[in-house]
Amino acid sequence: MKEFLEKIKEALEIEDRDIQMTDNFKEYDEWDSLNKLSLIVMIDEEYDVQVPDDKVNSCSSLQELYDEIQKLK
Amino acid sequence: MPLLKFNNVGIRGFSAAVPATVINNYEYTEFFKSEDVKEVVDKIGVKERRFVTHEQCSSDLCYAAANKLLDDLNVSREDIDLLVFVSQTPDYRMPATAISLQDRLGLNKDTIAFDISLGCSGFIYGLSTVYAYMQTGNFKKALLLNGETRSKVYSPKDRKTAFLFGDGGTAVLIENDEKYGESFFSMNSDGALSDLIKIEAGGYRNMSTCETVEERVVDEYGNIRSAEHGVMKGGDVFNFVLKEVPKDFKKLISFGNIDTNSTDYFVFHQANDFMNSYLAKKLKVSIDKVPSSIAKFGNTSSVSIPLTIVSELRGKLEGNKSLFLSGFGVGMSWGCAYIKIADSYISHIVEI
Repeated sequence: MKEFLEKIKEALEIEDRDIQMTDNFKEYDEWDSLNKLSLIVMIDEEYDVQVPDDKVNSCSSLQELYDEIQKLK
Repeated sequence: MPLLKFNNVGIRGFSAAVPATVINNYEYTEFFKSEDVKEVVDKIGVKERRFVTHEQCSSDLCYAAANKLLDDLNVSREDIDLLVFVSQTPDYRMPATAISLQDRLGLNKDTIAFDISLGCSGFIYGLSTVYAYMQTGNFKKALLLNGETRSKVYSPKDRKTAFLFGDGGTAVLIENDEKYGESFFSMNSDGALSDLIKIEAGGYRNMSTCETVEERVVDEYGNIRSAEHGVMKGGDVFNFVLKEVPKDFKKLISFGNIDTNSTDYFVFHQANDFMNSYLAKKLKVSIDKVPSSIAKFGNTSSVSIPLTIVSELRGKLEGNKSLFLSGFGVGMSWGCAYIKIADSYISHIVEI
């Protein structure tokens, strides 16, 4: 879980703070359509799955995103 | 399995024409804040693009490229008996643009000429089509022309597509010769994903009306476009490429028993720099073997593979070389090819 959060921080270029599994990542200042592509690539690289765009959009927390990845694996 | 193998067909030469008008992407700030533009441009890697004038068409670019190539190689127009034009921005809905080019280029009336309507995969499809005709042995020489004016397709007020696309035209001269050896092609289609890159209206399902050309705000980011502008779902296009392209790559390698270590160059469709860098990494291909023209010309759809060859590999294709080509996009449609190069000529890029 810690590793997942680190990877998310890296993909979204978050450098100044810690993030939590309960965070709604789409409310981050760093969240935009460009960083979403980084997130998609990170998930492909680390977990070897592709999370559909509408699934990413409908996740309301990092936990939900994490669960979605586990489901696809 | 749609895998193809050809013998002793190859590319005698490549040429390209681009519009003289250079768009500096960092200064493409009429509709967006300059700091946002910088962030987008840095990530996608498209520093400059070329835009046609209102009057210029895909055929004009291909006409210039084809003339340059035939003149440079001193090939008689009489010897061309097949002309294939690949584009999704043809001059007219009818007739096919290839036919007007037969006349403009001064080719014989017994030339076979037709259009293929495909985007980013179009060079692979066009090349395999021409190779298949050539394999019959009944043709002297063939021209494959790829032309696109994507600047006329996308809304400049939709940040998802405003910075990516550019215009260009290329010509490739194909002939039979034993020196070319074997070539291999793999091609695929997934119509279930047709919504990922699309122009909704202006065809014959949703014909043009006053409403279809009306611009409107389409999302929470304030992007503006009409139903006759191109739409791209970037996230899912990414997912599609990451899922399908590596599989196809492996399929062709196994079919052709291809040694990727000794392959000289891997020329990918120039979608954006971010995607291609990751794709090279995922395919375990050294980035030195992956030429990129994305910074100069942006994404030119089916033109991007031959344009990259002309722009980046001039002087590097002397002697015997091998190229692995991969095109993927609108359709969704994708394919790859492994071809041998034997002293292929590359013209200087023409500006019109």
